[in-house]
Amino acid sequence: MKRVLISIFAVLLYVLPVSASVDIKEVKTEGGLTAWLVKDQSIPFMALEIRFRGGASLDAPGKRGAINLMTALLKEGAADMDSREYTRAVEGLAASISMGVDDDALSLSARFLTENRDEAVALLKAAIQEPRFDDDAIERVRAQVLSGIESDAKKPDELASRAMDRIAFGNHPYATSLSGTLESVAALTKEDLIQAHSSVLARDRIYIGAVGDITEEELSVLLDDLLGDLPATGAPMPPAAEVDFAGGVTVVPFETPQSVTRFAQRGIAQDHPDYFTAIVLNHVLGGGSSESRLMDEVRAKRGLTYGVYSYLANKDLGDIYVGAVSSANDRIAEAIEVIRAEWEKAASEGVTTEEVENAKTYLTGAYPLRFDGNGRIANIMVGMQLIDLPIDYIATRNDRVDAVTVEGVKRVAGELLDPDGLHFVVVGQPVGLETTPAN
Amino acid sequence: MFRLTAIAALAALFPVLAGASDEVVTTFTLDNGMDVVVVEDHRAPVVQHMLWYRAGSADEPIGSSGVAHFLEHLLFKATDTMAEGELSSTVARNGGRDNAFTSYDYTAYFQRVAADRLGLMMKMEADRMKNIRLTENNILTERDVIIEERNQRTENNPGSLFGEQMNAAQYLNHRYGVPIIGWMHEMETLDMEDALGFYDIYYSPNNAILVVSGDVTPEEVRALAEEHYGKIPANPELPVRVRTQEPPQTAERRLVYRDARVAQPYVRRTYLAPERDSGAQEQAAALVFLSEILGGGTTSFLTEELQFDQQVALFTGSFYRPVSLDDTTFNIIVAPRPDVTLQEAEDAMDAALAKFLETGVDAEQLERIKFQIRADQIYARDDVDRIANRYGQALTSGLTVEDVQAWPDILQAVTEEDIMAAARDVFDKRASVTGWLMREEVTQ
Repeated sequence: MKRVLISIFAVLLYVLPVSASVDIKEVKTEGGLTAWLVKDQSIPFMALEIRFRGGASLDAPGKRGAINLMTALLKEGAADMDSREYTRAVEGLAASISMGVDDDALSLSARFLTENRDEAVALLKAAIQEPRFDDDAIERVRAQVLSGIESDAKKPDELASRAMDRIAFGNHPYATSLSGTLESVAALTKEDLIQAHSSVLARDRIYIGAVGDITEEELSVLLDDLLGDLPATGAPMPPAAEVDFAGGVTVVPFETPQSVTRFAQRGIAQDHPDYFTAIVLNHVLGGGSSESRLMDEVRAKRGLTYGVYSYLANKDLGDIYVGAVSSANDRIAEAIEVIRAEWEKAASEGVTTEEVENAKTYLTGAYPLRFDGNGRIANIMVGMQLIDLPIDYIATRNDRVDAVTVEGVKRVAGELLDPDGLHFVVVGQPVGLETTPAN
Repeated sequence: MFRLTAIAALAALFPVLAGASDEVVTTFTLDNGMDVVVVEDHRAPVVQHMLWYRAGSADEPIGSSGVAHFLEHLLFKATDTMAEGELSSTVARNGGRDNAFTSYDYTAYFQRVAADRLGLMMKMEADRMKNIRLTENNILTERDVIIEERNQRTENNPGSLFGEQMNAAQYLNHRYGVPIIGWMHEMETLDMEDALGFYDIYYSPNNAILVVSGDVTPEEVRALAEEHYGKIPANPELPVRVRTQEPPQTAERRLVYRDARVAQPYVRRTYLAPERDSGAQEQAAALVFLSEILGGGTTSFLTEELQFDQQVALFTGSFYRPVSLDDTTFNIIVAPRPDVTLQEAEDAMDAALAKFLETGVDAEQLERIKFQIRADQIYARDDVDRIANRYGQALTSGLTVEDVQAWPDILQAVTEEDIMAAARDVFDKRASVTGWLMREEVTQ
């Protein structure tokens, strides 16, 4: 129901499994599904992560918000259970079942105790395959979604993200909120929700990660039972987004003491040969930690903000390079000036050998620390599959980071960083900033 | 993504239901009085090193609100042997992450790093317990940072501003009525003397708890802790932790907070409530169940009454924070549907509470919650850092290791009668605050 931050894929890239003793098995079911499994029988439960590619971007024309509302309703009554009966049944098994949707995927996350796994899987299956979409549940959850849309219209962070998405993604579904508008959500019918369900929940777009107390054979049977009866195909994927926008400033007037800012420029694709070089570059410039140049210049040296960061935002259908900062209305102009200057400096001069080496040490050293927990590992594995990484990627990932050179970072900095193309969206009452004319 | 020195308590209002998984926990005390907790998980070569101080915002001197959190930021500056930022950059160069957080009753620092770097983390953490060296420039820039942090967390968020007013009205005499991050006008005056005064009093081994979780053994932790922390002498001047307490609360309080940035109005009610006390956790255990039964989700009593049956509310919830050194609060929130006024929502909430006191606890619901609590002891072993956090919070909030380990059994022993008795006791309007968060009035 909540929009997942678009940073999710950037984060996953940092995170992808490596040298830790993560032994992934590929499981092919009789029904033709593929899953990645890590067996860990030390604790009697399993974590299961399932993704359906396409997510909320598959909303039909004029039906914005249908997939989000449909997702929120999956647990609100299924098979012969109404909403409360369903929840009581899940609670009675101490299982956890949650659904979410973002621009690129619908997510199912579940956690089952070994002692009652079959019953818990049956409940998850009911939610996936037999949601009821009862009228009273639709109206109750629709009212909650509408309240959320009204709240988003008064949150500086949401306003900034929405404005930046419109600038970056134009007419693509990524440009608008997956929650829909007050009008579009008010008009949704039960038939629209059924249609939304069949658009997304299909077997031709499923990705699965499982970790914990289960064997290959058991998982194979479980998955065919859980997902085998879904339709073979769903809605076609949207086209790629045309990411093409000009630098400048867009002020969104909003009465609040601190201006909330997003900045962005064109990005770089994950399968681009320079991608890891760009990751190292961003780590030095604005990624990762308090060690970045932006944190040092904007926060540590000048005290202009509590936090500033940037990341490569890679969605399935469009790549941008994004950052964020917040400063009091009378200080945001200076913060933006410093960020622009750092962007220009890195573009023209690159970064130092020491910075590159420190970034590489961090990125390679942090990698194995991510694999401590069944749920976390299941998440990482399903993320790997979504971006089409090979199952043995873990063993090679740190080599790719280690291969990055200071010369390479300097070259990529010159090619990728585009100080003139950097666009700032400022929500607040910024002193000394105005919207630049469109060019 | 970047260092967020967080304010912990505001985000941690929901009760920690589970008890510890005792078999993975070892505790001991160093000669200088520093308590040590080790939580083992050998599945991945990772360790989390945390140092908790029994010093939070409620221990601050009057007039210097926010100094505990300000000092937490300043501990990332220079020491006698480390340059400014060196601790964090050393952690990063070792592939780790570090951070810190401040609450009413504690300040904690932590690093997550490869297990073989534990000694290095202890060396640096022990160094900054006694040896920070601040400049006037550090004070000025970092004070600007915490002011921007307050802007981000509070000034830009009407719900947070409302919460501050609710707390201030709830506590008549206790420092829990003052925000952890501080009041803006006092934050603006914090200086070197304020920061170092707090540091000198509270930062010593006999006021600290070391909590290490992950791929380590108790023997390794003991040897390293004795080497790095053991040589720091205890502070004999450490004051006894006594705070001004609440007088009997005898007058119901009401407030209205209006803000143009409010989209969804709601009613919030807080009641002064007992916390978990060492050796006497039973009433708090009953309140944990009360909170879950009343407002813990789709099957809870308030949801049933106000969202499903009467359909006056869009959202309902209750929360209770049992781990606290002094009196805590029991909270209820009702967000009405668009065609329902706050007065109607409040009336419906009070009617529902009265009905609950009449009808009592649904035995099946109680059993489901107890089963979930037992199951959480299995799930908790997948995340030993959570167990580590639980010990750190408890031991800085007046509880002992024995209290933490007794908690799961105390929860399982709670009866329907215990819950109803606790409900009758806590729902005393004279010790309550009722607040309305509203939009600005529309002027014609």
